[in-house]
Amino acid sequence: MTDLANSTVNLHADSVECSRDDRLLFENLSVEICSGEALILEGRNGTGKTTLLRILCGLRRPDVGEVRWSGVPIEECAVDFHRHMVYVGHLDGIKRELTALENLRVLQTLSGRGKFSVDEALDAVQLGGFEDIPVHFLSAGQKRRAALARLLVTDARLWILDEPFTSLDVQGIELVESLMDRHLSAAGALVMTSHHQVNLSAGVIKRLNLSEG
Amino acid sequence: MSVWQAFVELLKRDLRLAVRRRAEIANPLLFFVMVIVLFPLGVGAEPNLLERMSAGVVWVAALLAALLTLDSIFRSDFEDGTLEQLLLSAQPLSIMVLAKVVAHWLVTGLPLLLVAPLLAMLLGMKSAAMGTLMLSLLLGTPVLSLIGAIGVALTVGLRRAGVILSLLVLPLYVPVLIFGAAAVDAAASGLPVAGQLYILAAFLAMALSLAPVAAASALRISLS
Amino acid sequence: MNSFMKWFHKWGSPPWFYRVSGKMLPWLTGLFVITLVYGLYAGLVLAPADYQQGDSFRIIYVHVPAAWMGMFIYMVMAAAALVHLVWRMKMADVVLISSAPIGAAFAFIALVTGSLWGKPMWGTWWTWDARLTSELLLLFIYLGIIALHSAVEDRQSAGRATAVLTLVGVVNIPIIHYSVVWWNTLHQGTTVARLDGPAMAPEMLWPLLSMAFAFKLYYVIVMMLSARGEVLARETKSRWVRELVGGK
Repeated sequence: MTDLANSTVNLHADSVECSRDDRLLFENLSVEICSGEALILEGRNGTGKTTLLRILCGLRRPDVGEVRWSGVPIEECAVDFHRHMVYVGHLDGIKRELTALENLRVLQTLSGRGKFSVDEALDAVQLGGFEDIPVHFLSAGQKRRAALARLLVTDARLWILDEPFTSLDVQGIELVESLMDRHLSAAGALVMTSHHQVNLSAGVIKRLNLSEG
Repeated sequence: MSVWQAFVELLKRDLRLAVRRRAEIANPLLFFVMVIVLFPLGVGAEPNLLERMSAGVVWVAALLAALLTLDSIFRSDFEDGTLEQLLLSAQPLSIMVLAKVVAHWLVTGLPLLLVAPLLAMLLGMKSAAMGTLMLSLLLGTPVLSLIGAIGVALTVGLRRAGVILSLLVLPLYVPVLIFGAAAVDAAASGLPVAGQLYILAAFLAMALSLAPVAAASALRISLS
Repeated sequence: MNSFMKWFHKWGSPPWFYRVSGKMLPWLTGLFVITLVYGLYAGLVLAPADYQQGDSFRIIYVHVPAAWMGMFIYMVMAAAALVHLVWRMKMADVVLISSAPIGAAFAFIALVTGSLWGKPMWGTWWTWDARLTSELLLLFIYLGIIALHSAVEDRQSAGRATAVLTLVGVVNIPIIHYSVVWWNTLHQGTTVARLDGPAMAPEMLWPLLSMAFAFKLYYVIVMMLSARGEVLARETKSRWVRELVGGK
């Protein structure tokens, strides 16, 4: 396996344009994310933040323009790109009938092992005693943290997060922010949307507001 | 992680989920039984008529039961976000789809196969045809799951998916039905069945190689 | 080859398509009227009555070309689907979705006329003839494509989803057809008599070919009209549409 932990991040969206339901969301939008950077997408509801994130992940193709990973369009290097990134969207992306432990074990087999073991990852998101309970018994905040544990289980350098703080209480938010700080200090990169004020102390913070122009 | 390991892991995951949602296994079986029981009630219990119809009725019931269960291939994964995670995993999506379809067949198709001879007896099917019945279902029900997966992949995000799904998938099921039922009929009359079974096997080979790819592209479109 | 590809890609541009189709339509319509009138007159009036079936055979002048169109249009749709998915041409999915209702209509006409043809011969309105049964399944496939397109809300996804479905169908249609033909021989069903092929007398053949050509022209005309409407709807906000609407 290539040295994922030490690879650099370079994601570049070039002049992308997207319409949804006959409404132009954005056009001629270019943005670049490199190691150590955090891009925060802001804007009112419906301005296309989630759509832009999904375009950056490769889930949706832009109507015009392209997204490149280290200079190569992501359609061409899809497997490589997806090994370097993790996405946590609105939905948690975990099976409710399985335990947190089982969910993460499956994830590791599909995506490859990282520095942290599954137990360490669950400890880091403070689900220490809860790893053997089927997820549907957990509270909303705990479910969200279980979903976010996927960030630690692989060595992916680029985190793409859609409203990561949903359902989290104050301690939960601080916990996730500290994880993000650690990630950025280790030369990881981060793209996220958030309604909440985000307090990050590490990394270069860029903001993009989709409500303007 | 190698593709094979990922395939096995996803297959195990889906089987584990099926075990924890036991009702899902029972429903298609009950439906299968009910449909077959309805036929004598509808057309009369005249033994010769029922025996003549038995191959077709069992096959149509199997087809409808398969149709009923298709939605479960991707529905829960779509709703909890694990489906989009599969699209973003570094594993080839068509192999991941194949793992899910295999799990689906093991949980829904295989039980039908095992129960079919008992139900065929209710319709007076000749015992000479039982072996062929099971063999034709063994070859045919995976094809129903595979082709059905394409239909579900196309409709997974839609609101009234069930209605459209039947319309999309039933014409594609017709060849399997024709050859499956014909094989059983031939066996009941003592005629050779090799030709029909070989054709079913050919359908299975085609479906195994093409359906996962088509379903994968359909999933990408549905989740964009 | 290169200049063909360039010309071919021009069709992918909505304003070009709109302009050129607008110029072609009057000519196509004229040609359609001529071939239709000739076909109908020569087939219904001039051609001699069939010695077996009398005058009822004349329905082939509608039934056979309609059946051909059902298949022909599907092939066009499959080609458009391939172009849309592989070369990402914008107009291809417009052609696809504009053609689907026309194909469905022809399949339906083929079914109805086939059924009408069967009535004087066998006394029943419907026979499970191999061709009619195949045609019925083809109609369902068309309806499935139309249903899927209207169910998917996002236009980009709708075009691509129907393209995938069309391609899945094109692989399956020959399989379905031959399965049904085989099934029919097994159960010794009746066959709607085929009056095409070299055995057909020229007075019968020419009107048939003319009707087939007329139906193809009809398809192109209606498809273009529908596609032009669709293109305008999709591109309402673009400059060329605003100029077209405002400038004239």
